[in-house]
Amino acid sequence: MRAVCWHGAEDVRVDTVPDPKILNPRDAILKVTSTAICGSDLHLYDGYIPTMKSGDIMGHEFMGEVVEIGPEVRTLQKGDRVVVPFNISCGNCFFCQRDLWSLCDNSNPNAWMAEKLYGHSPAGLFGYSHLLGGYAGGQAEYVRVPFADVGPIKVPDGLSDEQVLFLSDIFPTGYMAAENCDIQPGEIVAVWGCGPVGQFAIRSAFMLGAERVIAIDRVPERLSLAQAGGAETINYEEFDAGVALKEMTGGRGPDCCIDAVGMEAHGTGPMALYDTVKQAVQLETGRAMVLRQAIVACRKGGKVSVPGVYGGFIDKMPMGSFVNKGLTMRSGQTHVHRYLQPLLERIQQGQIDPSFLITHRLPLEEAPRAYKIFRDKEENCIKVVLKPLAI
Amino acid sequence: MENSISRQIPRETPKDQKAGDLERWASIVGGGAMVLSGLQQRSLRGILMAIAGGGLVYQGTQGNSTVKQVEDAIGLDHAIRVEKTVTINRSAPELYSFWRDLENLPRFMQHLRSVTVLDDRRSHWVANLPLNQTIEWDAVIINDEPNHLIAWASAPNAEIENSGFVRFQPATGNRGTEVKVVMEYQPPGGLLAAAIAKLFGEEPEQQIGDELSRFKQLMEAGEIATVAGQPQGA
Ligand SMILES: NC(=O)c1ccc[n+]([C@@H]2O[C@H](COP(=O)([O-])OP(=O)(O)OC[C@H]3O[C@@H](n4cnc5c(N)ncnc54)[C@H](O)[C@@H]3O)[C@@H](O)[C@H]2O)c1
Ligand SMILES: [Zn+2]
Ligand SMILES: [Zn+2]
Repeated sequence: MRAVCWHGAEDVRVDTVPDPKILNPRDAILKVTSTAICGSDLHLYDGYIPTMKSGDIMGHEFMGEVVEIGPEVRTLQKGDRVVVPFNISCGNCFFCQRDLWSLCDNSNPNAWMAEKLYGHSPAGLFGYSHLLGGYAGGQAEYVRVPFADVGPIKVPDGLSDEQVLFLSDIFPTGYMAAENCDIQPGEIVAVWGCGPVGQFAIRSAFMLGAERVIAIDRVPERLSLAQAGGAETINYEEFDAGVALKEMTGGRGPDCCIDAVGMEAHGTGPMALYDTVKQAVQLETGRAMVLRQAIVACRKGGKVSVPGVYGGFIDKMPMGSFVNKGLTMRSGQTHVHRYLQPLLERIQQGQIDPSFLITHRLPLEEAPRAYKIFRDKEENCIKVVLKPLAI
Repeated sequence: MENSISRQIPRETPKDQKAGDLERWASIVGGGAMVLSGLQQRSLRGILMAIAGGGLVYQGTQGNSTVKQVEDAIGLDHAIRVEKTVTINRSAPELYSFWRDLENLPRFMQHLRSVTVLDDRRSHWVANLPLNQTIEWDAVIINDEPNHLIAWASAPNAEIENSGFVRFQPATGNRGTEVKVVMEYQPPGGLLAAAIAKLFGEEPEQQIGDELSRFKQLMEAGEIATVAGQPQGA
């Protein structure tokens, strides 16, 4: 089959590789019909996530048709059309049973690596480094799905791939980011980053009762899309986002601050230079401009939600501000399984059509170019959907 | 949900500490104390036999004073001891039964080729060495408390002297069962040493940690997570 393989920083290629096989009784094999490139894939593309190996198949946002099932999979049948959560979760452990799916104890064969870095291992993820399991991803014609009896959700007739594909990650991720803010009536939510995750965070914040949402980015078409979602916007290259937020919130600061940017935040000024240099020489693994700004901007007693991914260590954490303002911070890889059914219902009820986000529909073969234009925001690219087969 | 400690064992122990340590050991094996660190060291085999109440089964052990047994066991130099605990979302009886059927062990202990049960207490173990070699030994269960504890030791003159116990203890708040494994082995000298080092891994606590993870996966998820055999680009 053809698959998008990582060969090093800024080097992804479409290779011919063997087809996946059932390896465990709870596995299924999907024929992938649609797959997307995520902002998280850009951290791999830029070489900031350790333990990638040349030839690793990428991709964790995908859906498709079941073509084979293992002997223990009784919930699916050949021919079912399903969307698959990006986290791999057993359904039986302490964490899965408490709806903390991205913390599954039993899906990372390389748990020891993650334990060394993080103390404990989170769930394995599709196509996201050996530290997180080394699983082949779904930017391919076929993919093996472990624990297929608990992960995939069947797509009801009448919904297109484009309407449901983002249930695999970014819609739940934006939604969980907003949910982690515990939004109360009258509250103002600030969202850093108007990429795919930020866009869903904006819309989810409104769904969960935010009175106003203020979105921050510098890319014009992303700011426009945020406005289309009901947000007020700040272009951080024109205004100091910290100052602007304070002015726009009566001096109080936003009640809730969402970092939907993560470890590759772009910035200006001496702090940004400091981070860029330290990250380049690998003394720091994340550039935490946005997280710092979110903490300092947040109103006293407010809430900071971090869907943005950090892989290792950051510097100059404004802990004094965090403590003395009595803030709360919540984070995590998204517990996608928890959100599949409720968010599918919102789509069915017409509350949201996630396909608003898609700017590019390309054949899988064009993945190398797709990664580049998405990373560099060329061609007004906001979200790419790749089509593996000529369908 | 794991912790691990492994280290070289110092040689001497002041005599008056021995009896006190034995109590603490008994407490660890029995489930009271949590970690080994801080305990004066002596042979795990001696401890286990002492606690089991005089080595009833294991031939070659004599004496009825438990402290004497412990003293006898002191002096093992360079023994490697590993401790690892994992919490498994299953009941102690389920976990105990699976483990007590020793022939199940190779399902999650990758270095084992086979375990053959000879009788209620004795078993024959075959482990893989590099270059398709194997090493074999007999082991004896020296303490068996249903649903709680299994302790074993290699039979006398085994090529690789080892001992250990696994303890199953209910976790707080319906979190399943805390499974603690403590293992000790005496690396032999000579040519075998390097091979044995490979067998137990460069980092024995990581190896036992991986084995316990696989045990947990098997018991909780019904299968062991793997990526072996999946496609990859050239
Ligand atoms: N927690 C999870 O489970 C999860 C899931 C998916 C994605 N993510 C993470 O969410 C983050 C965003 O993902 P995405 O797909 O939207 O990526 P993206 O790269 O498309 O979007 C990031 C956006 O942040 C903007 N940005 C950069 N620096 C900024 C700054 N200083 N202030 C404001 N905006 C700034 C960029 O212009 C860009 O539009 C990534 O870190 C990704 O890894 C997390
Ligand atoms: Zn993603
Ligand atoms: Zn689980």
